Amino acid sequence: MIEVKDLSKHFGHKVAVDGISFSVKQGEVLGFLGPNGAGKSTTMRMVTGYLPPTGGSIEIDGTDIVEDELGAKAKIGYLPENAPLYNDMSVYSFLAFTAEMRGLRGGEKKQAIERVLDMCFLQSVRHQSIDTLSKGFRHRTCFAQSVIHDPDILILDEPTDGLDPNQKHEVRALIKRMGEKKVIIFSTHILEEVEAACTRAIIIDRGRIVADGTPDELKSRAEGAGAVTVKVSGLAGSGIRQELEKLDTVRTVEVRDSNDISLAAQLIPSKKSNDGALSESVFQLCVDKGLMLQELKREEGRLDEVFRKITRSDVDAGQGHKASKQDPEPAAAAD
Amino acid sequence: MSNSAGQNIKTVFKRELKSFFQSPIAYVCIVIFLLISQALTFLFGGLIERGEATLTDSFFTFHPWILMVVAPAVGMRLWSEEQRQGTMELLLTMPIAPWQAIVGKFLAASLVLLLALVLTFPVVITINYLGSPDNGAILCGYIGSFLLSLSCLAVTSAVSAFTRNQVVCLLVSISICLFIVLAGYQPVTSFLLNLGGPALSDMVASFSVMTHFQGFIKGVVVSRDLVFFATFIGFCLFVTSIVLRAKRA
Repeated sequence: MIEVKDLSKHFGHKVAVDGISFSVKQGEVLGFLGPNGAGKSTTMRMVTGYLPPTGGSIEIDGTDIVEDELGAKAKIGYLPENAPLYNDMSVYSFLAFTAEMRGLRGGEKKQAIERVLDMCFLQSVRHQSIDTLSKGFRHRTCFAQSVIHDPDILILDEPTDGLDPNQKHEVRALIKRMGEKKVIIFSTHILEEVEAACTRAIIIDRGRIVADGTPDELKSRAEGAGAVTVKVSGLAGSGIRQELEKLDTVRTVEVRDSNDISLAAQLIPSKKSNDGALSESVFQLCVDKGLMLQELKREEGRLDEVFRKITRSDVDAGQGHKASKQDPEPAAAAD
Repeated sequence: MSNSAGQNIKTVFKRELKSFFQSPIAYVCIVIFLLISQALTFLFGGLIERGEATLTDSFFTFHPWILMVVAPAVGMRLWSEEQRQGTMELLLTMPIAPWQAIVGKFLAASLVLLLALVLTFPVVITINYLGSPDNGAILCGYIGSFLLSLSCLAVTSAVSAFTRNQVVCLLVSISICLFIVLAGYQPVTSFLLNLGGPALSDMVASFSVMTHFQGFIKGVVVSRDLVFFATFIGFCLFVTSIVLRAKRA
């Protein structure tokens, strides 16, 4: 549905987006991650047709956004960053305006407005002037605007910014629900959001894609992902440790607690793998040696660790150039 | 589900017009225009004392000087407000071509100015009561005033595309409008004639809306003047679209 190839954007000498390629299919919810200034918003503004790209191409459901701007824009719903609104309008008349801009008239228009008022919990403020709304209501009004024409493609720039925890939860659930039938791209700083709502995530740093995969795949890149925490009893701790070290699936055994009858340790797998090989071999060992397994838990890895590991633009902007060039992940291109 | 160009323009026009009358701007501009134009007509124009059944020298002749301030005041928010609020991003990611948005907004502001001019009708009633004027010539004068105000508005539209600050937009627009009015103002043209001969004075005057306005208020509609105004307004709106595009690139 969305095909982005070699997209780049220069502002004067500054390169904001530098050769980004990805594609999103129907039923996918793509999370855009990255530090501030990484190029997330610029990319989204190009995909929605607001900024013309310096290079590369964007296809929206088979329509090139440069060649048929209006045709492509009609298929997209867009929530810009900071939820801009016409402050002098009421919620209802603002939504009526956007409905008309999207080609809805008469009964169809009224229905669409009622639908989004319900969906975004705006019924209580429907006739209120926008400049008197709280931030949460403003955000939801702008969100309502983006779905008024029930678009196939939804692009949301920080949709949960400024919402309270309950509202965040609502919006995430909404995104997930709509994502089953639509194409959704949304950007966020909040990593748990990616795990809660995305089927896929792209991490952008300094205008380039540095990681692309499902949240689980990304998590497996974290330091300590795939490690197994065990607590085994039935032998002296040192004995159990020796047995564990013999396993070829284990690289190191980090002892947490060792005594006469048990051992608690974290096992680092020899191959970096998230499959269950390590756990299986530990279980097999316990069965063979007649040991008792009290605890066996595989670490999933944490997304924020991955994020910190591969994005550095805001930390060491000055000396970081070398480091980023050597980054181990050269933009695993889409699919 | 997509709109025609006309529908897009109408939708933007309606929204813009509504917001003119929801803020005090339209009312303030109209009232100030009415007060000043009536005051000038009766106090300085000597409408009554002249004893002539015409509005040319007592009424229309003041319009350029009032409109070059009032039209920028009406139009200053057109694109600067859109940029300040960030709604330009919203508007231009909807399925609407930028020129349609520019025209829609321009028409809404035009209607405010038209309303201001129409509301001066008591002066027309007065002169018809006192004498028997050439009402065709009066209509002609109104058309001239309206076209002049549209020219100032088009200048303002282009300036407002440059800045998100309405005050900057207002001051710069008034300055440009002052130039296009003064460039054809008779004392200025005769000064330039003395200074650099007819070549200089004609060149500067050719930029002016004033020369073309003069014909209208004397009751003469010449197609050349109509073409001038249409071209001038079209050019300014075109500049608006260029600036908006450059802002996004």
